[in-house]
Amino acid sequence: MSEVLKIDSLVKRYDDLSVLEKIDLTVKKGEVIVIVGPSGCGKSTLLRCINGLESIQDGKVVVDDEVVNPVQKKASKSREKIGMVFQSYDLFPHKNLLQNITLAPIKVQKRKKEEVKEEAIELLKRVGLENRTDSYPRQLSGGQKQRAAIVRALIMHPEILLLDEITAALDPEMVREVLDVVLNLAKEGHTMVIVTHEMAFAKAVADRVIFMDGGKIVEEGSPEEFFENPRTERLKRFLETFTY
Amino acid sequence: MDFNVIREYLPIYWEAFFLTIKIGWIGILISFGIGIPASFSMFFKIPVISQIVKAYVELFRNTPLLVQLFFIYFGLPKLGITISAQTCGALGLGLLGGAYMAEAFRSGLEAVPKTQSEAAFALNMSKGQLFRLIILPQALSSSVPAVVANVIFLLKETSVFSAISLMDLMFTAKDLIGLYYNTTECLTMLVLFYVIMLLPVSVLGNIVEKKARFSMFGE
Ligand SMILES: Nc1ncnc2c1ncn2[C@@H]1O[C@H](COP(=O)(O)OP(=O)(O)OP(=O)(O)O)[C@@H](O)[C@H]1O
Ligand SMILES: [Mg+2]
Repeated sequence: MSEVLKIDSLVKRYDDLSVLEKIDLTVKKGEVIVIVGPSGCGKSTLLRCINGLESIQDGKVVVDDEVVNPVQKKASKSREKIGMVFQSYDLFPHKNLLQNITLAPIKVQKRKKEEVKEEAIELLKRVGLENRTDSYPRQLSGGQKQRAAIVRALIMHPEILLLDEITAALDPEMVREVLDVVLNLAKEGHTMVIVTHEMAFAKAVADRVIFMDGGKIVEEGSPEEFFENPRTERLKRFLETFTY
Repeated sequence: MDFNVIREYLPIYWEAFFLTIKIGWIGILISFGIGIPASFSMFFKIPVISQIVKAYVELFRNTPLLVQLFFIYFGLPKLGITISAQTCGALGLGLLGGAYMAEAFRSGLEAVPKTQSEAAFALNMSKGQLFRLIILPQALSSSVPAVVANVIFLLKETSVFSAISLMDLMFTAKDLIGLYYNTTECLTMLVLFYVIMLLPVSVLGNIVEKKARFSMFGE
């Protein structure tokens, strides 16, 4: 299988604060990686470095054989190959659902309006939002907004999808509907890097689970070995915080 | 109150009224013309220009319109530039308003959350697309209340035009009182004409504000 994402000894610092220390990570096509770790360990920062939202101090991020985040230059056009969904949805409040989704494909990718609209409706059907195309984000529930945000990222046809704690801001009863969508994407073979605190979901969706702590990758493995037989003391202690 | 007096003065007042709103609205148009680009320069922190704009904003927001009008009306001729009282009034109001409008639009631009830019960036929008398609529309609707307040404020400020002998409502009222001493009638008419001038703006402003708020944040 070919590599979609390759991170090479990535270093990220904020002034004197070292946030990511020499991260290496390779993600193959169709692979679903879940990253877990304590708050502040650098999970969001890692995702943000992958799609060029943050500058990096050393190393490089390569997607589909193109360098997206080099140390020196600004992010490049190949960033389109990376889709991202944020914890706070960040839909555009002045656009309705359909416009939110079709805006970038039409304006950025210069695709035909009709074709984009058709695909948008097709995708919205799959997440159960086909009859909310005219609604504005303020008229939608958190779960609906997040499903729409996933569609907004998907319609760009990214090679890899980054999801940063996409259920963390949701009421418990809406978590399921969003995670089901992600689980389906995984089954369809989408390549994803997912940051989450939902351990049961991580177990269900991941091909590989990664434990980060203090800006480093401390342990990684298949969901079975990761959750049943953690090797490091730090991961053991981290997993214990999820059992009452 | 003598209604014959009122009837007699009515044409004079109407004339002053139309002059006042003419100069007032020209000034307000100028204030948009200055304020919008000025706010962009501050938002984008364009070197040199944004500093000049900031100095301009502070200067005009912290001096009375009357003083500004005197400077333009009596100062410019000293430099060999003569302008009519009407031009001076519109220009002075425009410069004052430009400073206020610049601040109104700047704070609207800055109120758009950073996460909106990040979402747009993640969709690979260019800086231009981000500004045009995402930031500007949101900034415009969130600056509506401040802009409406500025428009009303500027229309009220027209009352100092009389100081440069512009035959506006205030000038007319003072003039008539000085000539014929019909103080009650003249002042009542003055108040009424200002209400006629401002009430529609106020009502319309409220509607626009509600619309803008609804389009952004729901009820
Ligand atoms: N803009 C910034 N300036 C300075 N420090 C920052 C900035 N953003 C993040 N940090 C720091 O970087 C570290 C990693 O933050 P990050 O948000 O990546 O953690 P996280 O693992 O996503 O945590 P959480 O689970 O709470 O989301 C934290 O110590 C944080 O304080
Ligand atoms: Mg985070």
